[in-house]
Amino acid sequence: MSRSEPVNTRLSKKCLSEKVTALPPSGIRKFFDLLSSMEGVISLGVGEPDFITPWYIREAAIYSLEKGYTMYTSNKGTPELRAEIAKYLQSHFNLVYNPDDEILITVGVSEGLDLAARAILNPGDEVIMPDPCYVAYPAAISLAGGTPVRVPTTVDNDFEITANDIESRITPKTKAILIGYPCNPTGAILPKEELERIAEVAKRHHLLVISDEVYCRLVYGIEHTCLAALPGMRERTILLNGFSKAYAMTGWRIGYAACGKEIIGAMTKIHQYTMLCAPIMGQMAALEALKANDREVDIMVRDYDRRRRVIVKGFRDIGLSCFEPKGAFYAFPSIKVTGMSSEEFAEKLLMEEKVAVVPGTAFGDCGEGYIRCCYATSMPEIEEALKRMARFVDKHRKK
Amino acid sequence: MKQIFEALEKDARLTPEKISSMTGIAVADVKKAIKKAEQDRAILRYKAIIDWTKLGEEEVLALVEVKVVPQRNVGFDAIAERIYRFKEARSVYLASGTYDLAVIVACKTMQEIAVFVSEKLAPLEAVQGTVTHFILKKYKEDGEIFEGGEEVKRLPIAP
Repeated sequence: MSRSEPVNTRLSKKCLSEKVTALPPSGIRKFFDLLSSMEGVISLGVGEPDFITPWYIREAAIYSLEKGYTMYTSNKGTPELRAEIAKYLQSHFNLVYNPDDEILITVGVSEGLDLAARAILNPGDEVIMPDPCYVAYPAAISLAGGTPVRVPTTVDNDFEITANDIESRITPKTKAILIGYPCNPTGAILPKEELERIAEVAKRHHLLVISDEVYCRLVYGIEHTCLAALPGMRERTILLNGFSKAYAMTGWRIGYAACGKEIIGAMTKIHQYTMLCAPIMGQMAALEALKANDREVDIMVRDYDRRRRVIVKGFRDIGLSCFEPKGAFYAFPSIKVTGMSSEEFAEKLLMEEKVAVVPGTAFGDCGEGYIRCCYATSMPEIEEALKRMARFVDKHRKK
Repeated sequence: MKQIFEALEKDARLTPEKISSMTGIAVADVKKAIKKAEQDRAILRYKAIIDWTKLGEEEVLALVEVKVVPQRNVGFDAIAERIYRFKEARSVYLASGTYDLAVIVACKTMQEIAVFVSEKLAPLEAVQGTVTHFILKKYKEDGEIFEGGEEVKRLPIAP
């Protein structure tokens, strides 16, 4: 093409997939752009630990690099890591999976979720999930051609999804239930009794359940119940988990899926064409994480617990009602006393007091009136953030 | 209860009120537990970890291996006490291996350490021999890294 010819550099809308165009941008992203130009901001807007990956894990990964482990692994992931995960699931939840064909190593739980959705959904299939929930849930379902069906959850029920609410939304098109407890963004957990009721609903209606349990190690004062471990649930649960949160390994991008071999086989098929395999470095690091004792994880959990108590009490003291989150590292206080919308609150708080939080609406309509605050932040920063927020709430309290 | 002391060990300046909000244990109970630990000498002291070289102060440390003759009935305790009563002996440990007592000696100058070892420590009757290692650099003390501690490199907002 010669230089004098006019070139229309703007691409027409038609060049993009309709599915992608219809997808709303992540509400979290918007704040990121606002933030990156500011200084002196205390961020409660993160979704990852403030611990660096424990040294014994990093050291093992460095050693594996020195030894020249830089190649592809089996599509399914290294046999050693799959075996160690099988051992872990058996010892913690009494769940038996064959590491050869019932466990797949994924690039974080994010990939696991995408694979699960694509492996089971036909166009128009419905997947029931809570609102609010992690931003990727509805998106992954839509991208796979499914239809997300949101079940409102409220503070009156501690943001727990109930079997009754799920059952009332089941239609002939319902294919699966997608839950993630402990919950990002609310910090809610699901008690064993409710999980049992949900399991009964799933069995009665022959539904699959995708269960994202990436925060399972971060629970406070309760014991985590693995959905797949409930009677009759192993075959119909796609268990997703990963190393990011418990071992402070977000950047390594290692997760896994466990399920019966038909579904894991289908997921592996997609994985081999789209991802080939998870990075070997991360797999080596994850193997070390599982093999070592959990003392360091326990120390981190107790540390989060102390901050959790401080931030929840802090919110209540400044007049923001906040239910007690028993899992993950998020508090989800109500900001209704200000009369502002979540987004307005988050934006003004950032501009006036330089504290970054994520508006609850980023996670669904039911997040309106709430903000997500991550307490995986140093204690002095939490205290300073609370001070600034107290000032802010006082100023803007509805008269 | 462990939570109280874990928090204190990280930051000795925490008030009982703060510890209470961190642990959910009532303020009165926190105070009681701390008082009891102090009385039982489970908490020995509250102090700061200081990098004296940053303050322009000289300090020389040496690790002295001490080989001793244990005594009837008291074993190593009596000689250990003779040694740890010297203020120069910052830490004293009974160790397994080729020597018996590991003594960390702190003085202002190398000369002072030399004098202490040769005139006080080595001449003790039960002491058979000493090997003095001068500390050249401190990397980590009581769990704290002196230089180049790690910084968390997180993005300010993430899902």
